[in-house]
Parts: sequence; C-alpha cells; structure tokens
Amino acid sequence: MDTVANNQSAAKADGKDTTLIYRQSRWTRLTHWIWAFSLFFMLLSGLQIFNARPQLYIGKQSGFEFNNTILQIGAENTANGPRGFTQIFGHRFDTTGVLGWSGPPGQETQRAFPSWATIPSYYDLGTARVVHFFFAWLLSATLLIWLVAGLINGHIRRDLAPRLSDLRKLPRDIVDHAKLKFHHTREYNTLQKMAYGGVLFVLLPLMIITGLAMSPSMNSVLPWLNEILGGRQTARTIHFTVMLLLVGFFVIHIVMILAAGPINELRSIITGWYRTDPPEKHDQPTERSV
Amino acid sequence: MAKFQISRRKFLTASSLGLSGIALSGCDAFDSGLGIGGGLRSFLENANGLTYRAQRLLAGRNALAPEFTEADIRQPQRPNGVTAPDDDTYKGLLANNFADWRLEVTGLVEKPLSLTREQLQNMPSRTQITRHDCVEGWSCIAKWTGTPLSLVLDQAVVKPQARYVMFHCLDTIEQSLSGDIKYYGTIDLIDARHPQTILAYGLNGKPLPVENGAPLRVRVERQLGYKMPKYLYKIELVDSFASVGGGRGGYWEDNGYDWYGGI
Repeated sequence: MDTVANNQSAAKADGKDTTLIYRQSRWTRLTHWIWAFSLFFMLLSGLQIFNARPQLYIGKQSGFEFNNTILQIGAENTANGPRGFTQIFGHRFDTTGVLGWSGPPGQETQRAFPSWATIPSYYDLGTARVVHFFFAWLLSATLLIWLVAGLINGHIRRDLAPRLSDLRKLPRDIVDHAKLKFHHTREYNTLQKMAYGGVLFVLLPLMIITGLAMSPSMNSVLPWLNEILGGRQTARTIHFTVMLLLVGFFVIHIVMILAAGPINELRSIITGWYRTDPPEKHDQPTERSV
Repeated sequence: MAKFQISRRKFLTASSLGLSGIALSGCDAFDSGLGIGGGLRSFLENANGLTYRAQRLLAGRNALAPEFTEADIRQPQRPNGVTAPDDDTYKGLLANNFADWRLEVTGLVEKPLSLTREQLQNMPSRTQITRHDCVEGWSCIAKWTGTPLSLVLDQAVVKPQARYVMFHCLDTIEQSLSGDIKYYGTIDLIDARHPQTILAYGLNGKPLPVENGAPLRVRVERQLGYKMPKYLYKIELVDSFASVGGGRGGYWEDNGYDWYGGI
C-alpha cells in the first residue's frame, strides 16, 4: 500500500506510539467542503421552493380532481385556533409550531417549513430558485471534478470501491459501530464505504437526475427520463425523499465524527493528516506478531 | 510543508467566512443581499444564464416537449394567476363573445397585423396534449389547440433586428400606486418559432374558457407556466427588454423570477 510511503511517525509527549498519516488528498478535502457549503444552501432554498406547493404526488401530474397526494403540509382552522398539520399517506399529524403553522408567538403564519429552515427566511419563491440553481451548478461541477480526480489519483478505487473482505467485515463493523468503538486506520470501514459511496454514487446523482427531470426544457432533451422515473410529479417526490436521506446521512455523519474524535476527524478533512491508532491496537495478525 | 501551511490558512479563512455566511443565512443581512439588483443576487443569477445556454445547446431549436394521450387528461386544466379579469375592456369584449377582439402584431415587423378570431382559427392549427408545469411545482395535463406562433410571425415578416416576442395581456395582475399593471412577458425567437409554441384558442376540445385565458393564450411547452401569458391582445417584436416593464423581460421577472423558465 502506498500509505506506507505517506506515513510520518510522530513521537508524542505522552509517549504513545501514534502515527500521523496523510489520509485525505486536497481534492477530497476541497470538494468535501464545497459540497457541505452547497448542500446547506440547496437544502434551505429547496425547502422554500417546496413551500410554494407543499404537497407531493405520485405520477405524471398533480391530482386536483383525483387524489394522488402522498404528503401534504398545511394549516387548518380548529376550535383551538389555527393548527399546522402534516399528512403522510393519509395519516395526519399535528405539527403546529414547526410544519404548517409557525412563527414568533402571536405572529404565526401558514407556511410548510418554518422561517428558520428556509432561504430567504420570508416567502420568496423566485429568490429561492436563484439560490437553488446556482448551487446546483456548483454541486454538480464539484461532483464531476471529484469523480475525475478520484479516478486519476486512485481515491475511488483504493478507498471507496467495496471489496470481498468488506462483506466479511460487515457484521463485526456493525457491532463496533453500535458500541461506538472506532478503529482509526487509513482505510474506511465497510459502513463508511457504504455511506460515502451511497451518497456520492447514488443519492447525489439521483438528486441531479430527478432535478433535471423536473425541468420542462430537459424533458424535451430526455423525454424517456420521466417515463423511467414514473412521471414528473414522482420525480419531484423522489427529489424530496432523497433530500430526507441526505439530511439523515448528515446527522449520522456528525454523530459519528463526534463519537470517533472530532479533532482528529476534522483535522483530516481540513489538513489531510490523520492520527491512526497505535499499531498494537490494530487487530491485524501481521502487526501483532511484530 | 510551508506550501501546505499556507493552503491550510487560506482554507481556514475561507471556511470561517463560509461559516459566518451560514450563521447569517437566516438573518436580514443575508436576505437583503438577495434582493433584486443586489450584488449577491446578480452574481447568483449568472447561473440562470448558464442554464439557458446549456439547455439551448442540448435541446436545440426543435426538440419537442413530451406529448401525452387522451387517457392522461384526467381533470380540467388547473387555472392560475388571474382567472376572471375585472378590467372593463376585457369585460366588454367578453360580453360580445370577443367579436370585437383583435390580435395586434406590431413592433419590429414589416407588415403589422390585426387579426380576428376567425382569421386566426382559419390558419393551420396544431393540437397537442402536453403537461403544464407551474413554477410552484404542480403539473396538469391538457389538450391545447391553436395557431402556431411561427405562422403569425411569418405573415407579419419579422425584421432582422427583432430578438424577443413580447406579449401584452388584457388582465390586471397588480394594482400599484402608479396604476394598474397588466400582465406582460417575453420569449426569445427560438421558443417563438418552436413547433409546439401555439396561440391557443381551444382547450380539451372546447373553446378556451375565461379562467384559462380566453380568447387567446400562449403555450410555450418547454418552459414553465408563467412564460405562457393569458388574455392576449397584442404581440410586439422588440430588440431588448428596455421597454418591457421594469426591464427584466416580464411581470414575474420584474418580481424576481428568472426570465428563462425552462427549469
């Protein structure tokens, strides 16, 4: 492995035999932060865009005279005053204060996602679209740059491509994660590979594809796209669902970083250098036998 | 190593700027930079120019929007925006079943036209079942019948310096201090001459109803609904947006929507 060439032994004051390795290339680090930045703005502008029509449908069109709505966020008048609701597959939940009906006390208004979760904070579909499409270009271009760089410098093949041994390690990996027991090695563990690979090769491409499927002009270029996806309104629903999955990834990502040691993890994605576990803690037989 | 340190410092500076931007995102400071004409807004709007060029490159002049079947017409066309114009001129024309209505074709043309409904309907027509996509996010499939705009433009003979087709409408969309604003919008000549761009007078096999834009509305099938004005009475060929409302190319554009609505 070429990691050996990159290894830089460091004698620590505490006497522990730890090793700093150069783990993340500048391409990985740069693209990571551009994605983080872009996804933040895309999420908040996207929620604003959703607020213009806070309903999701299945099929080619939106049912006004028939029902193909699977999700709706709205407000309704009740005996206790206006209440916000979220209805999913016919099941209605009271979400007053967050979804449907929210705002400062006494100044609540009807809006699907609350002011603090949208860009701009006030209702403005036009501006949200400007922000959303700017970062859509930035995110897509960065993904392309990362893909090219990752294929050339071997990052994708070396670090992300799943191997047979990953499958073998999976049960042990799940148990370790559940116990919040982390091994600091140069290699990603199996669940990491699945999460990062899933985001980069499944979720983000699906986000771009379903985004393009909503564009009437792109529909004239790729008329088969919506047929594969199940119609423009299904594409919009998938777009929203992938957003939820990306938010879920973000939450787990942050929790894992905090649990695995935030300073070391952050250093590796900012500077590239990562402190690995002392060799004796590695449970690789060759190292143990030394 | 020294090089690496510099890039790290640069990175930390950039990321702290980014973080402060994030912290401000919900605040007035960020919101105000996004106002029409604001520096940040203008910078971000460049992406729409990129989208326009990329989609024109990919779609070309004649790629057709998907067309659907009769079975896909499951509901009346959902009306949006103004659905019952309160304007005296319009109400007068409606009372007479649009017998006195004319479509004026003016501006940068060799032969200005004034067409009656009968004249338009006697021209070759096109019928298409297409999906209407509103900028808000909803879609509705309907069957539209009308005169291809390209035929009307050919009859009027467009001057070479013309770049945009401006649509003048009879409906008041906004009452402002400086007077009533009637709906207006523009498309470029590529979309104007697109085979599916029609001046529609029929909807789902019947005359176009008032709520959907009677007597005549535009269909621009590769763009969003706000690019398809209703209650049309005048088409003007122009060479810039200078004389178009606030100068951004349309009513909704002057209120913050992008001029290009293909996405």
